[in-house]
Amino acid sequence: MSEHNHIATKDMQNDCVLQLRNIKKSYNIGQPTEVEVLHGIDFLLDRGEFAALVGPSGSGKSTLLNILGLLDQPTSGELFLLGLPTSSLSDECLTALRRHNIGFVFQFHHLIEAFSVLDNVLMPMMITHGKPDAETRDWGMHLLELVGLKNTFRKKPSELSGGQQQRVSIARALVTRPALLLADEPTGNLDTHTASSVFEMLRRFHQEFSCAVLIVTHDPRISQACSRTLTLVDGSIISDERHPRET
Amino acid sequence: MWIELNIALKFLRQGLTQTILILIGISVGVSVIVFINTLITGLQANLIDRTLGTQAHIRVEPRPDLNIAARPVTPEAVQIIVEDLRAQKLRSINNWQQVLVALEGMPGITAVSPIVSGPAFARRGDATKAVSIVGIIPERYEKIVKVSDNMIAGRFDVSPGNAVIGSMLAQDLGLKTGNRMRLEASDNRSAVVTVSGIFDLGVRELDSRFVYLDLKQAQALLDLYGAATVIELTVQDIFSASEISEMIASTTGLKSESWMQINSQLLNALQSQDMSSSMISFFVAVSVAFGIASVLAISVTQRTREIGILRAMGTRKAQILRVFLIQGALLGLIGSFVGSMVGWSLVWVFNEFGPKLFEIAPSFDIVPASVSLATLTGILAAIAPAWKASKLDPVTAIRYV
Repeated sequence: MSEHNHIATKDMQNDCVLQLRNIKKSYNIGQPTEVEVLHGIDFLLDRGEFAALVGPSGSGKSTLLNILGLLDQPTSGELFLLGLPTSSLSDECLTALRRHNIGFVFQFHHLIEAFSVLDNVLMPMMITHGKPDAETRDWGMHLLELVGLKNTFRKKPSELSGGQQQRVSIARALVTRPALLLADEPTGNLDTHTASSVFEMLRRFHQEFSCAVLIVTHDPRISQACSRTLTLVDGSIISDERHPRET
Repeated sequence: MWIELNIALKFLRQGLTQTILILIGISVGVSVIVFINTLITGLQANLIDRTLGTQAHIRVEPRPDLNIAARPVTPEAVQIIVEDLRAQKLRSINNWQQVLVALEGMPGITAVSPIVSGPAFARRGDATKAVSIVGIIPERYEKIVKVSDNMIAGRFDVSPGNAVIGSMLAQDLGLKTGNRMRLEASDNRSAVVTVSGIFDLGVRELDSRFVYLDLKQAQALLDLYGAATVIELTVQDIFSASEISEMIASTTGLKSESWMQINSQLLNALQSQDMSSSMISFFVAVSVAFGIASVLAISVTQRTREIGILRAMGTRKAQILRVFLIQGALLGLIGSFVGSMVGWSLVWVFNEFGPKLFEIAPSFDIVPASVSLATLTGILAAIAPAWKASKLDPVTAIRYV
């Protein structure tokens, strides 16, 4: 698949960003220790949705998130990203799809210490286009301004607080204007005050960028504040609640 | 490629201590290679120069006289030969003038000089020394051995009645330029000559025995009128001397020996030096390669999580591969450049403050060769760690602590 096709995929005015059809995931296939951790997951995530994925530890949340982020492949079933089936795509194509359409926010921010704050934000763009031009740098600075860290652009990630680092990682996730933003317990490592400010930021950007957001969280306050809550228990979605006040 | 280079540089700069240590290792390795190779090349050039400065590259002589055995009666017959080996008398090369012309026309030959050479005694007063008379045509012989550059007294003049002798012979007979001495050959032939010059070639055998005379005078003294017993040659490429010598032997039917055959021990020594310097270079290069590989392998482990993040953000496997290959290349390039400079400094120190037995002639070819080789070694050494990095599963890599 060419880069052109990916961009065309992204530009599709398709309300359904993510569609899962009977997604199953097993480990140690063919061995006595074979275990199925996801048992046929089905759901749709539309553009503009702000959903939470909750569930106890070991329920398969991280596995599902990795599959949604095209970092891992399901054992069976089909995942459609912006209407495009992904199961038969090569690693190269999945990488390109991920680069253009998915933004990640990790629990431990995972910024690259060797680069400045601004370079970290621009990294997904630099991976694709090489040296950033003035316009791209301005865009990166604008994102840093939106997360309130414009003055820290020259600093190294380690010079920032945990909350600031997470805000930089949000700016990084949004730099490519992705259709889907996946956040793996983005507030799990932050104090209550910082956690709520980071969450508010995600909500604001979700509206501004009109992307679909899926947050994996253990925090009931965060899941309650989302427009939709998917509950995963023992590898199956046991409930899919929508909260009217958010829609 | 910009982002790969950028990431590679940032990774190297971030692990600065590690980077500096491996760069020192590479620099030391490359400086050893540069210095050893330059030293050995210089030493060899010096040895060859000294050896070939006083002798021809090829000597052509008549074939030795051999007894011709009668053929066996039948091919199956057992033949027992009892023979006395023939005494080798001084003989001229048949038709040497034509041979000379033929040799001059052969490719790769730069100078040809006919010589008549034979034994005699040099006498002054009661003192007698066994000498070797060398009758030459000076303008031809000077192209083979530049005797005039090694004169310590008088001049290189072998016109009739004059002789040029070695420094040790002059010392033994108490001769100075302008003195006369008697040369006595076999069959009571003798001549009185004036010492016109004294040379010092730095070779004991030559300095104590050689007496240079005009070709015609030597022919008369040795009773070899119109003869040449040896034809000496120089060739353009000294290491092709054996090949040319074989060609001469096969085309002229004469005995032809190259300097390599005459100095086989020297050649052996040169080859051994070559081999030992190649071995040293090889093992140092292998150590450098393993050094780079191990540092990059550690770097891959240290940066596993960052690799995972980069992959999650859409970095292609090939890009990750290039990041580490570039690191290997940069380490090789920078390390070898510094190492070459250090190697050159060592050469300079050797020339300035060393034993001064000989000077190492600088050969700049080794610098780009070393830098290219070390850069290539860096890339090759980086292949395994780079491959490992590119194959990391992003999910596992991100979780790596």
